[in-house]
Amino acid sequence: MRLRKKLFISSGRTFLNAKKRTVDSFVYTGGVAALFGKTLSSIWSFPLRKRQILEQMSKIGVASFPIVVLISFFTGIVLALQSAHQLQRMSAQMYIASLVGLSITRELGPVLTALIIAGRSGAAITAELGTMKVTEQIEALETLSANPVQYLVVPRFIALFVMVPLLTVYADFFGIIGGYLVGVGRLNITHAMYMKMTLVPLSIGDVMTGIAKSGVFAVIICFISCFEGMNSQGGAEGVGKSTTASVVKSFILIIMADCFFTAIFYFFGK
Amino acid sequence: MIELKNVCKTLNKKTILKDLNLTVKRGESLVIIGRSGCGKSVSLKHMIGVMRPDSGTVLVDGDDITKLNSEELDKIRMKFGMLFQGAALFDSLSVLENVGFQLFECTEMSFSQIKRRVRECLRMVGLQGIENMKPAALSGGMKKRVALARAISMNPKIILFDEPTTGVDPITGDMINKLIRHLHNTLKTTSITVTHDMRSAYRIADRIAMLYEKEIIAIGTPAEIMRSENKTVKQFINGDAEGPITAGIGSRF
Repeated sequence: MRLRKKLFISSGRTFLNAKKRTVDSFVYTGGVAALFGKTLSSIWSFPLRKRQILEQMSKIGVASFPIVVLISFFTGIVLALQSAHQLQRMSAQMYIASLVGLSITRELGPVLTALIIAGRSGAAITAELGTMKVTEQIEALETLSANPVQYLVVPRFIALFVMVPLLTVYADFFGIIGGYLVGVGRLNITHAMYMKMTLVPLSIGDVMTGIAKSGVFAVIICFISCFEGMNSQGGAEGVGKSTTASVVKSFILIIMADCFFTAIFYFFGK
Repeated sequence: MIELKNVCKTLNKKTILKDLNLTVKRGESLVIIGRSGCGKSVSLKHMIGVMRPDSGTVLVDGDDITKLNSEELDKIRMKFGMLFQGAALFDSLSVLENVGFQLFECTEMSFSQIKRRVRECLRMVGLQGIENMKPAALSGGMKKRVALARAISMNPKIILFDEPTTGVDPITGDMINKLIRHLHNTLKTTSITVTHDMRSAYRIADRIAMLYEKEIIAIGTPAEIMRSENKTVKQFINGDAEGPITAGIGSRF
């Protein structure tokens, strides 16, 4: 009898927790969607703040450039080495060039770049906006007749939307260079052959697919990091929690979005 | 000038204000006193429209600001200046950009005109030659004074002060009190100050209102408040550990 009662109570609690989480996730999604809507309407209805946009582009794009180059370059090397291990057995090492080129441009370039920017710039955006929130700076903006979305979110949105695809192009290039060094330097594939095997199977559509994905990833990073920051509560601890949540949620959504788009392109694209 | 009518507000499932009624007259200096966390700052934020009530109305010069859209509200906010508890200066901007923020954003003034106005505002709060410094390089008292300079930069009709003397030493606190009174007298503004510092309240106020248990329980001139027979008011203004406010909690020592 007691066991039944316990089971009944615990299943009730589980149901209530699930219900609360579902409601919370709808509230969260609604909040992010509202911020997205406000940002889009602010872009068209206000003069753009060029100085702040350029400042954000520098912080997000220029400052992230070395790390994006480094990681994509080494990823290209690792990808070539790992595939060489298998392909050499079948004397098909020349296909390493195609494998590296396609994997980098369609998948790894955009995804790695987005993850780097989410970890580096997304976290910084959340921490900065979160600190502004808990120190009443966002409320101060409102009292000074300035629209916080227009002042804080719009420049970051434009900067991310321009810089993430641009960094992806660099990531694609340096990833392929990494693979090239392994192919030509270690696996004795000639320069001409490597270039041919990279460029022939690679269509402009492959590159554009990656860039289109990176645009979507930029939107995810921007609105998750800004929303988390602008809704931080509870001082330094709250800002820390928001920053962690921002990075985790951005990572998950980037991977989910990548999976979704890859499936779409696989089933419907050619 | 400002009227809060039956204002109710609940935050994180806790009722902060319940049917709050308060009228601020034009040109007066009203001080709202009360214990920490009793809703003083929340009521101040309702007056400038940073927070919207769950129910009730907030009238500013006859306009119900709870029904305005953000653009209309921005126009009403031009009448206000606000000093935040922690100063709330923008870390990434210099003192010049902080004080001149609204001038840059909302006026057609040239850079040199803004610079002149910023210098004038800084001089009014007793500061000079710090235009190019960042807020991080300023002391707590200086930050408050810079924030005060920012609050008066647009010649507002109404200035809101949220705990102006909190976090500064007694001498700086007294200087800020004098400054608030001086600005109130010279600029002929309506001032609403929120504080739990009674010394500050007596120095600044034309009238004092005490907020307790989500509503105003006493309102009057400083002399009337000092003479109040209300035990709750008495305990608060005398700073006694024992009394109706702490009944049930009691003094543990």
